[in-house]
Amino acid sequence: MASGVKPRVKAPKKASAGEVVTIKTLISHKMESGQRKDSSGNVIPRSIINRFTCDFNGQNVVDVVLAPAISTNPYFEFEATIPEAGDLKFTWYDDDGDVYEETKSVAVG
Amino acid sequence: MDFTRRDTLALGAGATAMALLPLSAVAQADPNAELVGAPDEFLAGADAGTGDLTLTAPEIAENGNTVPISIDAPGAVEVRVYALGNPTPGVAAFRFGPLAGSQAASTRIRLAGTQDVQAIAKMADGSYQTAMKTVKVTIGGCGG
Repeated sequence: MASGVKPRVKAPKKASAGEVVTIKTLISHKMESGQRKDSSGNVIPRSIINRFTCDFNGQNVVDVVLAPAISTNPYFEFEATIPEAGDLKFTWYDDDGDVYEETKSVAVG
Repeated sequence: MDFTRRDTLALGAGATAMALLPLSAVAQADPNAELVGAPDEFLAGADAGTGDLTLTAPEIAENGNTVPISIDAPGAVEVRVYALGNPTPGVAAFRFGPLAGSQAASTRIRLAGTQDVQAIAKMADGSYQTAMKTVKVTIGGCGG
């Protein structure tokens, strides 16, 4: 599914150096499990986001492997340490090869 | 060496079976089906302790399509979540990097029905911690 995928990220714009901040992410995606059947009994092929990563200035925060058992519109909440000012980079990898990216800048002060 | 009709048939059948074998093996192993795997594969025979891993899940989930869960495992490098009653047990694998503020995360999962949800954490020293929680599901989340 390459249409209508919209990543949303909630991250603070400012933090103090070394602060641990909570980050919430949501991406709209139907996460077709490959288990469901359509009205004529054919299996609907699997189409999910299979990996999600979050990096800060190139250093990894969290790397998640997703199975079909993750709900529609995958949601993640986790914490990151902000050692200096920089960019949080979020990446979602789709089964069809698409990569969705989102960047949030965090200022330190 | 001369072949009787019977020999030839047997040979042919054997060759066909040999040709089909790898094919059926490939058909069964869906390349991207099991990245999270099963609990036994992750543990690889090691014993898992309890205590340092907290798995939070509702006791009763009305809708199996979105069941909120969270894991918290201080000192873990990787936490995997399994829904033992789903068609494929693997749910998610969280790997925490150097900038992870804590080894905790929340997400929403699908459960096919009332079942046990298990989390296994691999700690920094290579030991394992596990936690299990039974979730009652009113409406299953696998489309049936």
